[in-house]
Amino acid sequence: MTAPLDVPGSAVEAGPETVLEGAGATAIRGRSLGQIAWMRLRRDRVAMIGGIVILLLILAAIFAPLLVSWLGHPPAEWHRDKVDPSIGSPIGTFGGMSWDYLFGVEPTTGRDLFSRILYGARISLLIAFLATLLCVVLGTVLGMIAGFFGGWIDTVISRLMDIFLAFPLLVFALALGGVIPDKAFGLSGDTLRISLLVFIIGFFNWPYIGRIIRGQTLSLREREFVDAARSLGARNHVVLFKEILPNLLAPILVYSTLLIPSNILFEAALSFLGVGVRPPTPTWGGMLAEAVHNYDVAPNFMLFPGLAIFITVLAFNLLGDGLRDAFDPKAR
Amino acid sequence: MTAALALVVSACGGGGGGKKSSAGNAEAPASQFNAGVTQIVNPSDKVGGTLHMGMPGDFDSVDPGDMYYGYAWNFARLYTRALTMFKPVPGEEGLQLVGDLAEDLGKSSDGGKTWTYKLRKGVKFEDGTPVTSKDVKYGVARSLDKEVLPSGPTYFNDWLDVGSYTGPYKMKGKLDDLKAIETPDDQTIVFHLKKAYGGFDYFAMLPQTAPVPEAKDTGSKYKEHPVATGPYMFKAHELGKRIELVKNPNWDPATDPNRKQLNDSVEVLLGQNEDDLDQRLLSGKIDVKVNSTGVAANARKTVLTEDKRKQYSDSAPIDRTWFTNLNSDVPPLDNIHCRKAVLYAADRSAIQGVYGGPEAGGDIALSLMPAKMTGYQKIDPYGVEATPTGNVDKAREELKACGQPNGFSTTISFRNERSAEKQTAEALQQSLARVGIKLEVKGFPQGDYFKLYAGKPDFAKKNGLGLMVYGWGADYPEGFGFFQQIVDSRVIRSAGNTNLGVKDPEIDKLIDQAAGEQDATKRNAIWAQVDAKVMDDAFILPYVWAHGLFYRPPTLKNVFVSQNWGMYEFLTLSTQ
Repeated sequence: MTAPLDVPGSAVEAGPETVLEGAGATAIRGRSLGQIAWMRLRRDRVAMIGGIVILLLILAAIFAPLLVSWLGHPPAEWHRDKVDPSIGSPIGTFGGMSWDYLFGVEPTTGRDLFSRILYGARISLLIAFLATLLCVVLGTVLGMIAGFFGGWIDTVISRLMDIFLAFPLLVFALALGGVIPDKAFGLSGDTLRISLLVFIIGFFNWPYIGRIIRGQTLSLREREFVDAARSLGARNHVVLFKEILPNLLAPILVYSTLLIPSNILFEAALSFLGVGVRPPTPTWGGMLAEAVHNYDVAPNFMLFPGLAIFITVLAFNLLGDGLRDAFDPKAR
Repeated sequence: MTAALALVVSACGGGGGGKKSSAGNAEAPASQFNAGVTQIVNPSDKVGGTLHMGMPGDFDSVDPGDMYYGYAWNFARLYTRALTMFKPVPGEEGLQLVGDLAEDLGKSSDGGKTWTYKLRKGVKFEDGTPVTSKDVKYGVARSLDKEVLPSGPTYFNDWLDVGSYTGPYKMKGKLDDLKAIETPDDQTIVFHLKKAYGGFDYFAMLPQTAPVPEAKDTGSKYKEHPVATGPYMFKAHELGKRIELVKNPNWDPATDPNRKQLNDSVEVLLGQNEDDLDQRLLSGKIDVKVNSTGVAANARKTVLTEDKRKQYSDSAPIDRTWFTNLNSDVPPLDNIHCRKAVLYAADRSAIQGVYGGPEAGGDIALSLMPAKMTGYQKIDPYGVEATPTGNVDKAREELKACGQPNGFSTTISFRNERSAEKQTAEALQQSLARVGIKLEVKGFPQGDYFKLYAGKPDFAKKNGLGLMVYGWGADYPEGFGFFQQIVDSRVIRSAGNTNLGVKDPEIDKLIDQAAGEQDATKRNAIWAQVDAKVMDDAFILPYVWAHGLFYRPPTLKNVFVSQNWGMYEFLTLSTQ
């Protein structure tokens, strides 16, 4: 898991630059850490499948309007003729699945489930990515500062992490969801609510990654290349960002990939509980919450959002595990 | 990830489960859908056995002085006796009041300001002490203290001439200070009102008039063991979990022509998972479900689509209308034509679907007053019967008259926890968009909907809540019990409102007229006028007259839907 490779002979201490591996008559091209990781990752078929699924999901989310215009119906459009008026259940087998409605329709409203899943992906992925980004930036910067400077700075930041970790996040998010005004900070409507969710998830989760970064920095700052940089007269910020940060990229990448699925789940949980974006904007968690009242009538209404969450989270976890193995020199 | 997995798995399991269980009950007697609405199903005089009741939540309280839900009032009559009661019979006769603890209905004097009741002789509490008019007075007096007993209706607080009396908890031993109720002898009780009210017998039906022995009153803890006067009494009450009633040995059928004591005991399981409870009801392990709307969404399909099930169910109209308030504080809805545009453009049939369709949800509402209420007169000012999906042309005309030919934008609020209300808001968003009225949909927590949001005029105005999704059920099936709290502008307070913005002095005048009217027929005619006026003013967009879809296992005896409660009459139920 530690970033710098301790394998004798492959002295890739400072990351990006390439060094010779072994000193033979025929010069063997050295490989950077990234190249080695990529090579290993490519051999990990499970992780590659995860990666491809993620790529497809992201593309589907970005091109949702286009896909929906080809294969579906606008996500908020009601199709009452597609549901049985007396009980509200979709007409036809498997919740009204057909070529016209690929995943069937929502009970009661007859809205196209396929479109809603695709549009739901946008919200889920957007919030998860942005929240993770916020988390990682905060965690990395504060973790590095704590680990690098030590002393009272470390104490303050570490205690801050403890406080944040003890924070009842879900309760706080629920309470906040009820009191969000229509307009605040120059934002309004869904933009405001998405930003707020990103903030809540990102701002309160940074200590997890912060602690890891702090530990890594603590060990990195004692290394020879740091001493070397210092003896050449490098200042603190140069050492931090030019020498230490590149060595942290591997753990950062791995933890972000593993953080995204947990953020997707958290967003789904919040939407499930009714905090989150406003109807009729679809979210996976919100669809699941609706489906609870209808699982007998239309099991596919619960199946598809559940599957969407499941597949997304699984894909990110597989890729994250693969990345971790790829960057880990001890793994074979 | 585990959560998502579990949901997927349960989705598959749930989908299959309903169908398999329908194979049973092959030998059960045949019945007919809706048979219980008009007649007694499975009449029987056999005694014995336990009546098993089950409930998704809990009663607001089982203390007769502290309850407001219809099912709680229905249940309370198993162990308490109020002054009057609705006749426990099927059909319209069930809307009639008869004497219960009182020999007969009240005698009014002083133009309807004084009401006198004579108590039956020989009625005893469960411990054998005779019931006197003082116990009735004490029961009403304690219900006046809304700090100790907050849940019940406030009719007695509002109408009795209570003066400075604040209830027996703050004014211990000063029951005589309550001059509004007199007890000249042990069998007579006299109520003095501030204003004349012709329908006081309806107040006398409230469980608040059930006698409570002062010595046994423990205030807010009285609900642990309310002292019985009815055929059953509390044996056990595990709060929030279970209630067990057994025969009351001191109940004398000679004093009670309206009740029987067929069951050996009655058990109520509280706090049950709703879907699980419905399954047990369908399999006959539970005899009756205690709630106001019957089986929940998941069981509805089983009940409505399988004839084997459907024959044992009843779609019963309830005294409840689902509607949306139009807020005249929020421009351009201050203009009546803009409000009328909303009433014309709304697709009521979509909302009917949202509430569960015609059998489980209810009928499309033509006006605010539910059609099954006493005194209802059919009006249809917006032509809803002909165009239930909305009249777009008329809506455009009204928009023009309002000076907003291209429509306008406003916000619609709903209660987060209520999925039907959320979908109603979405349905309105869709149907009003047809004429250019754009709605922003905004949910609020149900617990604070009236205290902090829609029911707080300042908040609603400031946040531009032009439309507020709402619904109201009558306290009793007479105009006053339905209208007064939602259309009388004088009940509007700074927060916690039940009237979300109906403000018309003419309506207030009509309400006063109706309340003071002693003749029931004339009174009902005025309530019909109130209904018409509210619709004319376009303060309210009604869309569904609610139905409940109730299931009676084939083994349940003496079942019928009470027209008054809009659910099964609990008093007559038995299992043998």
